[in-house]
Amino acid sequence: MIWVNTIIQGVLLGGLYALFACGLSLMFGVMKVINLAHGDLAVVAGYVAVGVIAVTHIPAVWSFVLVVPIFAVFGYVLQRTLIQAALDRGVLTTLLVTFGLSVVIENALLQFFSANSHSLAIGSLVSDSLKLGSQISIAYLSLAIFVLAVLVLLGLQYFLSLSKHGRLIRAVADDREAAQLSGVDYRHIFGIAAAIAFATVALAGLAFGMVSSFDPTIGTTQLLLFAFEAVVIGGLGSLWGTLAGGIILGVVQQIGSQINPADQILAGQLIFLAVLVLRPQGLTGRRSSS
Amino acid sequence: MSIAEPVAPPVRPAVQVTRSRRRTGWTGLVAVVAVAILAYLPYRVYSGTTDLLVNVFILMAMASMWNLLAGYAGLVSVGQQAFIGLGAYFVLVLAQHGINPFVALPIAAVACGVVGLPVWWLLSRLRSGYFAIASWVVASVCELLIVRFPSLGGGTGAPLPGLSSLNPTLLTAYTYWISLAVVVAVLATVYLMLRSRLGLELTAVRDDEVGARSVGVRVAGARRMVFVVAAIGCAAAGGVVVISQLNVQPTSAFSVQWSAEMIFVTIIGGIGTIEGPILGTIIFFVLQQTLSSYGAWYLIVLGVVAMAVAIFARRGLWGLVADRFHIRIFPVGYWLWPDGQGRPGRRMPALRSR
Repeated sequence: MIWVNTIIQGVLLGGLYALFACGLSLMFGVMKVINLAHGDLAVVAGYVAVGVIAVTHIPAVWSFVLVVPIFAVFGYVLQRTLIQAALDRGVLTTLLVTFGLSVVIENALLQFFSANSHSLAIGSLVSDSLKLGSQISIAYLSLAIFVLAVLVLLGLQYFLSLSKHGRLIRAVADDREAAQLSGVDYRHIFGIAAAIAFATVALAGLAFGMVSSFDPTIGTTQLLLFAFEAVVIGGLGSLWGTLAGGIILGVVQQIGSQINPADQILAGQLIFLAVLVLRPQGLTGRRSSS
Repeated sequence: MSIAEPVAPPVRPAVQVTRSRRRTGWTGLVAVVAVAILAYLPYRVYSGTTDLLVNVFILMAMASMWNLLAGYAGLVSVGQQAFIGLGAYFVLVLAQHGINPFVALPIAAVACGVVGLPVWWLLSRLRSGYFAIASWVVASVCELLIVRFPSLGGGTGAPLPGLSSLNPTLLTAYTYWISLAVVVAVLATVYLMLRSRLGLELTAVRDDEVGARSVGVRVAGARRMVFVVAAIGCAAAGGVVVISQLNVQPTSAFSVQWSAEMIFVTIIGGIGTIEGPILGTIIFFVLQQTLSSYGAWYLIVLGVVAMAVAIFARRGLWGLVADRFHIRIFPVGYWLWPDGQGRPGRRMPALRSR
């Protein structure tokens, strides 16, 4: 029974990882940008939420109402300025600029907020759980985050397939020149895609801040790597693959920590390396695309 | 016209080939004199200066290796700290078994080159950004594996044995000399590699990968070679780190800050030139010394400057200098001179056909 509980916890954790990963996946799919600052942006969202809560005194659970729109605007602006400028100069520059952004964000957070860890206090919600028998307990918060992740992925899928802007994003991702010839301003479309990616990363950062504590360094040492591993395990460019990848990563990490609490992260990274060796195109990827 | 009529030999334009636009024989002499002066320094200056120079040489060696990876082979690694940490820990393990750390350093470096082969086999499946993060994952895995060994101090690290009997003044001087030896070896390796056929291949790959492949450049082999060399160089630098600090601690040995520093230094100095990382390292230490009382600000300033340089002056400061004055301290390219118009002087041998 303890293992059933472990797997359930892993699946729920996987939802959070998928939430982290979908923004990374979207930015790569549309703009071919690997945003190395992705994890740090999630941490920034956590700190912004702490600030918003301190100023407005809204409950932490509702902080996303303000933080997510702020991040969407931030994403659009950053894409239209810094990231677009880097993109115009090639893949190498894009990588270097996002890496530079990551280092600058992390050290600026260390300077202004010290290395102390913070968390978003949500009262009793953090510990309330649904008990099934003696061994299985499902925290409402984890369940809510998992449901949120699935809803975000569903919404993203729906948006990309059916809405006007979603179609434009897919058109630009598939063939930028052809889309431009049809009168699409690809820079604006890139900005919208970045806004969505940043909104999801803000959501993920807030969810993470409610589940556990965060500090300035966690963005690179954990969040970016977890998001990336979920994307690669699931297969590049597939939203549902990302969810599957996140769940596999979460389950393996939970099993690892069940064996030895210090092995949680290592277990996840070993499964990632194993996927890289055995199935480099990911679980859902086609061989031709790798 | 009979078929047997001999075909006229193709008229080859008379071209002279030189390595640079100006004469560069003097730069070799300057380099030798500079190294000799640097080697003599411990007799002249206080240990504070040589300690600083040890750190300069460590970063210079790392940045040169990263420049070879990213600037020439197109491999943007943010996981070179894997080899820095492993190099440091290999020196520690050998020292714990009674081998003098100064002897252990080259052994550890070569061992890391061997470790680099399977790592390359893993990472070569991914390209550009995915390669970057995957290399980061590898570094994280190395750290998580190392902290599992209690004999290596686990998560808290361990002191380096085997040097306590040495006179502190002598130890400072030895540390300085080995760091100088490492940086000279790294720069010489990069220079000779880039002058060889491999360098030509790498430059071709850097400029146009598809074009390079189509004329028969074995891109994968060239990249693997660079990756292994960079692993050895970074491991040697990591070995110098542990010798100069006399202890090793996993979170700092495997810190991504190493990557941040070597990347920023290379970008600011000028990626894709041998001189760039050297110039960048000097700027880095000037900045660090100036801002030393402001904590991590130097890294923030450096990051912002590096982003600006990456966008607005892609060839870095050395690129600006070299374009303006046509200087090459380490000439690795080729200049073609039409006969009679070129730089007068000794006739260079024609390019060997391959």
